[in-house]
Amino acid sequence: MSLIEKINKLAEGKKNLRFMEVCGTHTVSIFRAGIRNILPPNVELVSGPGCPVCVTNDDFIDKAIAYSKISDVIIATFGDMLKVPGSHSNLAEESANGANVKIIYSPLDCLKIAAENPDKKIIFLAVGFETTAPTAAATILSAKNLGLTNLFFLSAQKLVPPALKMLLADSEVKVDGFLLPGHVAVVTGTKVFEFLKIPAVVAGFEAEEILLALINLLKQIDEGRAEVSNEYKSVVKVEGNTAAQKILYEVYEEVDADWRGLGTIPKSGLRVREEFANFDIEKILPLKIKNVKKNTACRCGEVLRGICKPTDCKLFGKACQPLHAVGSCMISVEGVCAAWFKYGGLKIE
Amino acid sequence: MSKKITMAHGAGGKFSADLIKEIILPAFDNEFLNELHDGAKLGNLAMTTDSYVVRPLFFRGGNIGKLSICGTVNDLAVTGAIPKYISVGAIIEEGFEFDDLKKIVNAMSAAANEAGVKIVTGDTKVVGKGQADGIFINTAGIGELISGVDISAKNVRAGMKILVSGTVGDHAATILSERHGLELPENIKSDCAPLNKMIFEMLKVEPKIAMLRDATRGGIAAVLNEIATAANVGIILEENKIPIREEVRGVCDILGFDALELANEGKIIAVVPAESAEKILAAMKNFEYGQNAAEIGEATEKFQGKVGIKTNIGGLRIVDMPVGELVPRIC
Repeated sequence: MSLIEKINKLAEGKKNLRFMEVCGTHTVSIFRAGIRNILPPNVELVSGPGCPVCVTNDDFIDKAIAYSKISDVIIATFGDMLKVPGSHSNLAEESANGANVKIIYSPLDCLKIAAENPDKKIIFLAVGFETTAPTAAATILSAKNLGLTNLFFLSAQKLVPPALKMLLADSEVKVDGFLLPGHVAVVTGTKVFEFLKIPAVVAGFEAEEILLALINLLKQIDEGRAEVSNEYKSVVKVEGNTAAQKILYEVYEEVDADWRGLGTIPKSGLRVREEFANFDIEKILPLKIKNVKKNTACRCGEVLRGICKPTDCKLFGKACQPLHAVGSCMISVEGVCAAWFKYGGLKIE
Repeated sequence: MSKKITMAHGAGGKFSADLIKEIILPAFDNEFLNELHDGAKLGNLAMTTDSYVVRPLFFRGGNIGKLSICGTVNDLAVTGAIPKYISVGAIIEEGFEFDDLKKIVNAMSAAANEAGVKIVTGDTKVVGKGQADGIFINTAGIGELISGVDISAKNVRAGMKILVSGTVGDHAATILSERHGLELPENIKSDCAPLNKMIFEMLKVEPKIAMLRDATRGGIAAVLNEIATAANVGIILEENKIPIREEVRGVCDILGFDALELANEGKIIAVVPAESAEKILAAMKNFEYGQNAAEIGEATEKFQGKVGIKTNIGGLRIVDMPVGELVPRIC
């Protein structure tokens, strides 16, 4: 029996089921493999807040832009962040207008930039989940060892489990199971997800691995179980990567954080600890920015909670497209709206 | 706000198409240009031109010189012509090394010899430091159209087969890894090569090949979308039949690219009558540059103007026209 046949058989006679993936790489894999089109009609996949760029708030971008306007500042960032809208501009526009913005591929690249530009302040926009936070932490540790005094972090790093907790508590969000993010779980392990109390499966990223995880979810529902299961055993352990966790928590501590579309979630963000305050730009050079409330019809917030589909938003594909995006979900390659826009157009008839 | 040229307009995707439609075609409107093929057909001659701005100038598998000859030779060949004569214009930045120029010129000469074309006229200009990036090259070419051959989107019919001449994405993956310092195994290099001899043989085996395209910027995704739109057919590909090197897949995974959208410099897409697909493939495989040729899909009545792909697990998804600045200065 093929994997799809197994899914069909397990789903037969069941109520409508909604499974949420909370990882941008899963979102893209699901679309690229055309998985949505071959699932039985009563099994629906919805995307959650799984793309770190997408959940980054306007005011973080506004702050980054404000820092970029200081003459001796170099902003170091992943390329995805360039076009994320702040309340009135984005970093790509600021760069065209003369701000010094460098695209990097790893936080560790910042060490080189800092060493080569001793008369500049390098500010790394630390955005990401548990997957990238240990590398960012390692960068701070290396910078300390190297005696670098001109490298700083503007942090908006986030933790996945508290966001899932928030989603489950939200009465508008209806999910019957989670596809848990494989890369995040490599670092965190599976234990941290055990509070979920609904079926949840750590999944790999190949089409077949995602199908196996769906089968696991359906089996749990079939047998009335609700547990955290691991279908990515080759790399994900129960305890996770303890060495990475140690580095992470040596440098960072948990703090309440603002998520685009989800609001403030307790203990869902990471802040540089007091001992490393020299690397925290908000401590070294505090800036006040105006809180601007944006008025747009963008429904990123609901999309990120899986309450509405990108196509339910009236801006989707019209005012909001990858090259002129209104919401962040349309900008990141792993954004939900971007994936729908790029891959969503054909259906088997 | 006044519109400005962005890098996306040079990326060979949707923005390039818009630029041509909005600015170029209204200005020059004529029956030769309006075909919008890689080369223009003029009686029994074909003519084409292309400019080369690749960075880095030297890469594994070639350099800007080899590229500038192969690109133009291939553009003529996919028009259904035998490439004959080439012109070269070079814009060189002050301070450029003589030795580098020699290497580039020697590569051009070698590629021209292999393709059997003559470089018959040229021009050099030097601009001040910072006013160009090393060297930019323009080549134009003239070829003789093969009689009895009519390469045109209007000949594409539902049911015809789609062939690709080999592994896709090698050129862009090589350039990208060199730019990003990724280490690739020795066998991964730019596929930059003159394909005219293979194409001539394909047309000898089946003069009724409907369409041939050089899958450069925007990769096979862009070329197939253009064919689907121009011919008003759908195109359905089969994921497991598209040849992609494992290493190229790896580069794509790391940098977030889709191999179908990556530029090639030695790969063509052919749309051919179903009954002769096999013998054309066999002819391609006789050539070094066609060893990995494969049938990857077919033209359909359904999904007019769109390209879809059947995935390995049986799903179906769209293959969109690439938008935006995928990889700037790839050729």
